Amino acid sequence: MEKNINITLKVWRQNGAKAKGRFETYKVDNVSTGSSFLEMLDMLNEQLINENKEPVAFDHDCREGICGMCSLYINGRPHGPDDDVTTCQLHMRKFKDGQTITIEPWRSAAFPVIHDLIVDRRAFDKIIAAGGYVSVNTGGVPDANAIAIPKPDADEAMDSASCIGCGACVAACKNGSAMLFVSAKVSQLALLPQGRVEGARRAKAMVAKMDELGFGNCTNTGACEVECPKNISLSNIARLNREFLCAKLQD
Amino acid sequence: MSKLNARIPEGPLAQKWTNYKDHQKLVNPSNKRKLDVIIVGTGLAGASAAASLGEMGFNVKSFTIQDSPRRAHSIAAQGGINAAKNYPNDGDSVFRLFYDTIKGGDYRAREANVHRLAEVSNDIIDQCVAQGVPFAREYGGLLDNRSFGGAQVSRTFYAKGQTGQQLLLGAYQALMRQVNLGSVTLHTRTELVDIVIVDGKARGIIARDLVTGELQRHFAHAVVLATGGYGNTFFLSTNAMGSNGSAVIKAYHKGAMFANPCYAQIHPTCIPVHGENQSKLTLMSESLRNDGRIWVPKKKEDAEAIRAGKMKPTQIAEDDRDYYLERRYPAFGNLVPRDVASRAAKERCDAGFGVGATGLAVYLDFKSSIERLGQKTIEARYGNLFQMYEKIVDENPYETPMMIYPAIHYTMGGIWVDYELQTTIPGLFAAGEANFSDHGANRLGASALMQGLADGYFVLPYTIQNYLADDIAVKRMTTNEPEFTEAEKAVKARFEKLMNIKGNRSVDSLHKELGLVMWDFVGMGRNKEGLQDAIDKIAAIKKEFWSNVRIPGNTTGMNIELEKASRLADFIEIGDLMARDALNRDESCGGHFREEYQTPEGEALRQDDKFAYVSCWEFKGNDVTPELHKEALVYESVKMVQRNYK
Repeated sequence: MEKNINITLKVWRQNGAKAKGRFETYKVDNVSTGSSFLEMLDMLNEQLINENKEPVAFDHDCREGICGMCSLYINGRPHGPDDDVTTCQLHMRKFKDGQTITIEPWRSAAFPVIHDLIVDRRAFDKIIAAGGYVSVNTGGVPDANAIAIPKPDADEAMDSASCIGCGACVAACKNGSAMLFVSAKVSQLALLPQGRVEGARRAKAMVAKMDELGFGNCTNTGACEVECPKNISLSNIARLNREFLCAKLQD
Repeated sequence: MSKLNARIPEGPLAQKWTNYKDHQKLVNPSNKRKLDVIIVGTGLAGASAAASLGEMGFNVKSFTIQDSPRRAHSIAAQGGINAAKNYPNDGDSVFRLFYDTIKGGDYRAREANVHRLAEVSNDIIDQCVAQGVPFAREYGGLLDNRSFGGAQVSRTFYAKGQTGQQLLLGAYQALMRQVNLGSVTLHTRTELVDIVIVDGKARGIIARDLVTGELQRHFAHAVVLATGGYGNTFFLSTNAMGSNGSAVIKAYHKGAMFANPCYAQIHPTCIPVHGENQSKLTLMSESLRNDGRIWVPKKKEDAEAIRAGKMKPTQIAEDDRDYYLERRYPAFGNLVPRDVASRAAKERCDAGFGVGATGLAVYLDFKSSIERLGQKTIEARYGNLFQMYEKIVDENPYETPMMIYPAIHYTMGGIWVDYELQTTIPGLFAAGEANFSDHGANRLGASALMQGLADGYFVLPYTIQNYLADDIAVKRMTTNEPEFTEAEKAVKARFEKLMNIKGNRSVDSLHKELGLVMWDFVGMGRNKEGLQDAIDKIAAIKKEFWSNVRIPGNTTGMNIELEKASRLADFIEIGDLMARDALNRDESCGGHFREEYQTPEGEALRQDDKFAYVSCWEFKGNDVTPELHKEALVYESVKMVQRNYK
C-alpha cells in the first residue's frame, strides 16, 4: 500500500556549462510512495520556488519512458534503483523512509553538463547524421509488401530499434563508450533488406563519428546492457563488430 | 467578404488532389536553393516536412525545444497508423477510410482534406517501410494489421506498442540525413517566441535559446508551424510536460484564426489519477481494446466494497460484471470511438459503479483473451504496455484487471488552414496536430500518425511550392529590418514584464488551478452555466497570474520557470478560447458534449441546421472578445446522419 516517506536529497547544482558544480542537500517530506521520482523532484522545486530559490533543472518530457529525455544518475545508477525503467518511470516505492538519495547528471566526456542535471547529448544526433538511416527520399518507393521480411528478422530489428537514445549506456560505461547505442541502430538496419544495401558504409561512418566525438572504446564489461532501460542486448555490439570488420575487409 | 477561403480545388471529390497537383505551381531546382523555409517542431509532421523539403533542395531551418528532434511527443504514440491498403482483404478502400474518418469526426471535418488524407495514407506505409521502420509482420513475411476504434476493418499498421516511436525515428533519421547533407540547419533547445510579419507575409521568427536565454532572429520565405496540440491547458493530460500551445497562440495574435478550440479528445484508457502531486497521465493504448474487455460491477454494493478495499475484481462473478460497452454498442463493442467510450465510462462512474480508491476508474480486463489466446500471445502483442502499467501502478495486469479512466489526450482544434495548409497569414503554414483540418470533432485512433506524416511527407511539400513559386524573386532579408527589431523588442518587454511580477505563486500551482477549472467545466461534460462560470474563473486566474506569479532567476541563462510561465500565459488564453467556443457551439458533436443536447440514450445530438460550420476565432486584442468567423461545411459525397455504433 502507498504511504508517505521523508527523504534527504544530495543534488548536483551547476550554474551553466563553465561554472563549478557542487552538491546541495535538501529535505523533502511527505512524499507518497505512489509518486514518480520526477514528481518528487517537482515537489522539491515547488519548495525551492516558495523559498525564492532557483529550482533544480533536469531534463524530462514524456514521463512515460519513451522520449529518452530524462536522465539522472541516482545513487550511482543511471535511471536509479529499478530494472528496465527510465527515471520518469521510477517510483518512490523503491526508496525507504529517511533515506538519502544522491542525484547527479550523466558523467561522460562526450556529454558535457549544461546546467544542474542537464547534459548535452547532441553527440548522439551527430552519430545518427553520419549514417543512421536508409538513404531514400520521400516518394517513389516500392509497395510496402513488395519485399517479404522473415518475421524473426523483423522482430529482432524491432528489438534493436527500441533504443530511446537516453545515453544511460554511455553513463554506465567506465570507458564512456557509445557502442550499445551505435550497434542498436546498425543492427536494426542491417537486419532489414531495406537497410542491408548500405550496411557496410553505415557501420564505418557511424563508428568513425563515434570515435571522433570523444566516446571511449568498448571493453565488453556489459554495464551498458544492465542499465539499458529498454533491454537493448549486447548481441547488437557483436553484430556491429562483425559488420565493421567485414566492411573494413572489403576496403 | 469572408476572410476565410478554403481554396478547395474543383472537380469530383476523388479527383481534387490529383487535379490540384496537376495544375499547381512548382519551383525549379536552382530556385529552390534560394528559398528558405522555417519549420518549427520536429514531431512527425515537422520532421517529415523538414526532411522532404530538404531533399527537394529547399534551404530548411528546423527548430525544436528539446535537446534532439527525436524527443518530440509523437514518439509516445503507441497503437498504430491507419492506411487503406486493404492487405487483409476485409473490404477496406480509400473511400471507406475517408468515410470512417468523416463519420468518426461527427461530420465536422472538411471533406476534401479528409479524402486527400485517405488517398496518401498508403504512400506513408510504403515510405516508412523503405526507411526501415520495423512494422509487425506475419509469418509469411508480409505486414500485419489490427483494428482500432470506429472501424470494422483491420487497417492499422503497428510496431509493437511503439508505433509513434518507430515512425518518428524514421522521420528523424531522414531529417538527420539532410542535416548531414547541409540542406537542413537544426536548432535544438530553441523555442519560437514570435512570428515576424513583413508586408503582410510571414517572413521569419524570433526564437529564444533555452540554454543561454539569448533572443535570435531568423528569416525565411515561409514559416511552418508543426508544434502539436494544446492538451496541456488541462495541466493533467497524456501530453509530454513540454508540449505547449504557444506557437499557435503567437500565430493567433498575428492574425491567424484559431479553429474549433473546443474540440479536445478525451482518451478513454489512461491510468487513473493517484494524488495531487501527479504531474501527467499515462495512456494505455487503444489497441488494448482489441483484446481487453471493459467492465464495472453490476451491483452497487460490489463497487462500494471494491472502493473500500474489501473486495478484489477477480472475486466478482462473470454474471455480476457489466460489460457496458458490449451491452450498449453490440456492433462495435469495446471498439467504439474514443468520445463514446469515454462518456460511457464517466456515465458508469457518475452513477456510482466506478472502482479504485477514488471511484473514478473502470476495469480493462484481459482474462478472456488470455484464456482464448494464451498469455504468450498477449505478451507479444502488448508486453511493453503491461510492463509500463505494472511499473506505475505496482499491479500485475496479467493477473488482475487494469484500471483505467478517461484523460485529455489530443486536440482536434488548432490553427485554421485552407486546403494548402496555409493559415490566414500568407506564408504561414500549419501541419499535424497544430492545425485543425482533418479530424472534425473527434479523431479516430491511429489517425494522428497518419495525418502528421501525410501533411509532412506528401501534402505540404507540394502545396508550399504553390506559394513559394511566386516568391522566387524575393531576396533573403537581413534580420535588421524594422519588423524584426520591433518583434524582438516586444518579446523582450514581455519577458521582463513576467520577471518583474515577483509574486508569491509558482507557475505550477497556477497551472493546476487552471487545469481543474478546465476539467470540471470544459471537459467531458459541458453546459451553458458551467462554461459561463469557467470564463469568469479563467479570467480570475489570468489576473492572478499576471499579478502574483513568481519566477526565480533572470532572463539570461537557463530559466525553466520562465519558460513554463510564458507557456502558461498562453494556455490561460487558450483555456478562455476553448470555453468561449464550447459555449458558442450549442450542440453536442464528437468530443464536444453539451449536456443540454443528448439523445434519450445519452448520445451526442448535433444541430446540423445551426452548427455545420468550423468556428474560427480572430484575435482582437488583449482582454477584448475575439470575433467569430464561420467556414460552412458542405458535404457533397457523404450524407450527414446521426452516428450509430450499435
